[in-house]
Amino acid sequence: MKRREFISLPAQALGGALLYAVAGERLKLTALDGAVRVPLKFFTEAEAKVVAAACARIFPTDNLGPGANEAGVVIYIDRQLAGPYGRDKYRYTQGPFETSVPEHGYQGKESPRELYRAGIATLAGFAELGPAQQDEKLRTIENSMFFRLLRSHTIEGMFCDPMHGGNAGLVGWRMIGFPGPRMSYREEVDQHHGEAFRPKPMSLAQVVGRPVRGAEDEG
Amino acid sequence: MKKLKAVDVVIVGGGWTGLAMAKEVASRTSLSVVALERGGPRKSSDYITGMDEVDYALRFRMMQNIADETITHRHSGRDAAVPVRQYGSFLPGAGVGGAGEHWEGAAFRFLEDEFTLASHLKERFGAARLPKDLAVQDWGVTYRDLEPLYWRAELMMGVSGKAGNLRGEKIAGGNVFESPREHEYPLPPLKRAFASIRFHEAAEKLGYHPFLQPSANSSEAYTNPDGVTRAGCAYCGFCERFGCMVGAKAQPTNTLLPVLSRRKNFELRTGCWVRRIIHKEGRATGLEYVDASGEEVFQPADVVVLAAFAINNVKLLALSKIGEEYDSGTGKGTLGKNLTHQVSAAAMRVYFDQPLNSFMGAGALAMMISDFDGDHGLTGDEGIVRGGTFKMASSGGRPITAFGTMPAGTVRSEWGSDWKAASLAWVDRSSVITFTGEHLAYRQNYMDIDPRYKDKMGDPLIRFTLDWTEHEHRQRAFAAGVQTKLARAMGVRFDEPRLGPTKYSVVTYQSTHIQGGAVMGTSPETSVVDTHLRHWQVRNLWVVGASAYPQNASGNPTLTALALTYRAADDLVASASKGGKA
Repeated sequence: MKRREFISLPAQALGGALLYAVAGERLKLTALDGAVRVPLKFFTEAEAKVVAAACARIFPTDNLGPGANEAGVVIYIDRQLAGPYGRDKYRYTQGPFETSVPEHGYQGKESPRELYRAGIATLAGFAELGPAQQDEKLRTIENSMFFRLLRSHTIEGMFCDPMHGGNAGLVGWRMIGFPGPRMSYREEVDQHHGEAFRPKPMSLAQVVGRPVRGAEDEG
Repeated sequence: MKKLKAVDVVIVGGGWTGLAMAKEVASRTSLSVVALERGGPRKSSDYITGMDEVDYALRFRMMQNIADETITHRHSGRDAAVPVRQYGSFLPGAGVGGAGEHWEGAAFRFLEDEFTLASHLKERFGAARLPKDLAVQDWGVTYRDLEPLYWRAELMMGVSGKAGNLRGEKIAGGNVFESPREHEYPLPPLKRAFASIRFHEAAEKLGYHPFLQPSANSSEAYTNPDGVTRAGCAYCGFCERFGCMVGAKAQPTNTLLPVLSRRKNFELRTGCWVRRIIHKEGRATGLEYVDASGEEVFQPADVVVLAAFAINNVKLLALSKIGEEYDSGTGKGTLGKNLTHQVSAAAMRVYFDQPLNSFMGAGALAMMISDFDGDHGLTGDEGIVRGGTFKMASSGGRPITAFGTMPAGTVRSEWGSDWKAASLAWVDRSSVITFTGEHLAYRQNYMDIDPRYKDKMGDPLIRFTLDWTEHEHRQRAFAAGVQTKLARAMGVRFDEPRLGPTKYSVVTYQSTHIQGGAVMGTSPETSVVDTHLRHWQVRNLWVVGASAYPQNASGNPTLTALALTYRAADDLVASASKGGKA
């Protein structure tokens, strides 16, 4: 059996403790010395560090609010890649694979997992660079399929329901004033016109009052 | 292959048309009816835990899994077709209810002249002024034939709206350009979101006739003629691409299935992938399919109904070698011809000074104008023969999809601190003025069998040969003019529309309105099915759904698909009662 790899994330970002499902078993992860060690499902620790560093440049933490680190974007991506999406279960993957016009979209053979593995390999030593050098490096790959995925996944990890591992502590939704899934706005939809109506965000699990899980944790 | 006991009627597909046909036949006759659905079972309680953007809106959990089956596409007969590898321009559903579960609920009747389009265009513009290679046809039915059937569909769903044309009397506030209705809508219109009001004001200022889109998201609690009760819309914003968690959006599972589940002569089998229609000497004898356990099964039946998505109807006919495949070179053959989509990849993004609270909304909640629908408002100088509708929807903004929307050119990079700051500044302040235009049928746009790529069963995929023509480019240019006027009248910032020819893209979402391939008509020379959707060559086979549309209309196709299914069901029931069997 493969040795389990972990990534350490700042505890304050993840709210100190979180429930995390690994292979069906639910773990309570507790902060030690200000950090939470989160078990990885797909990345190695070294890969996760590169991805986390790159996501933090795409969606930086700054005076406007939290970024990819606080939201746990790397956990989101790790779980997506470990699940059916990462293994290309939602894409037509029969050959022959041929290059075509842009109107036909991505026609490559490589799955999201393979695109990440290959993309990360081009970013050796990335996590140890300073922010300016990191940005410079990312600009050299920003037209690649890997970077396009990384950028999309970063936004997904910032603003997904926390059941997927990102948007930890609802930091993303709080920043943009998205209230999460709610049962009804029947009394509000024709009110508050022209002014911001910002109910306190709640996750799907909070709204339905029981644990929920994403497709990546099923079967 | 396992051979099952024969049934009277077997139906392919458990979506709107399949279950509507099943409900009509099973509740009006004692015939035994079996519906075969490829996807899994569904129930409303599933949808509460389905309010999740990642799994449902981004990974398409309610759609057919494209890993199992897709189409190939090429722009012209000279190009090589490649598969659509991930969903983009349209989203066919799977599972009980089909796309009728995840639709947005726009419930339109088509314009009166749509049903006689070929004759109408010749009369209005003259054959010489029509676009090259135009292949539009008359449907062989008229709006008058369908009016009572539209009404049946609207009553079944509980459509919300306001009539703008009651028996010819024009009524302000409704759609004064709509085809004449015999009855007011079953329910009043939905409530208005902020964006609806802003669009309404601008449209009125310009002298247009704004109205709220007719909607199968019920504005109030409603009990339909079958005694099925549903709640009013909660405006939760998780509508299109999702199933409705309170059942306020009319879906096959909350309108038809409750009736069918009480019928002893009806059976719904899920997980069944139909591969062939078996036929002998001009009669269908049953269906071959692979069941949920992977076993090959033959289901004998006296009557076969194809009620899958338009593409799958055509595919099953082609694989079963029923009818003559269309040849675009000679114009001979009918199966696969008149493929149309929709001219809707022409949205203008607008930016408001105030927040929209856009997380609140309903799939079909949209303020719109029909002043340029059909050929209303066209002078002939636009270079187009059909227009479309303009609307601003409040369907429910979701955070991942919406983030990063900002006026074009605001930042240089699509990531990093500047981009984050600009994205946050524009959160919840943008919307789109969409144009939904009629896509005319042309000789060169069609479906056939792909020679190379296969589905998971090893059967060939359907190939689309489809591209935009000069007419669609001009429709977009015309639309951009109206969109610009509307945006200016609204007093908002907007992105300048990008004009010029574009090629058909499988990447950009247009609509899930794929039409044609098994079109209806009055002659077997020009159509696959007759005006009751009965196959010309195999008379105990009905092919229902948008595959029968000779061309696309600007209005969403669902209500018309149901009206035509009722027509086909009446025909099937009548022929069954005459001869005992069809």
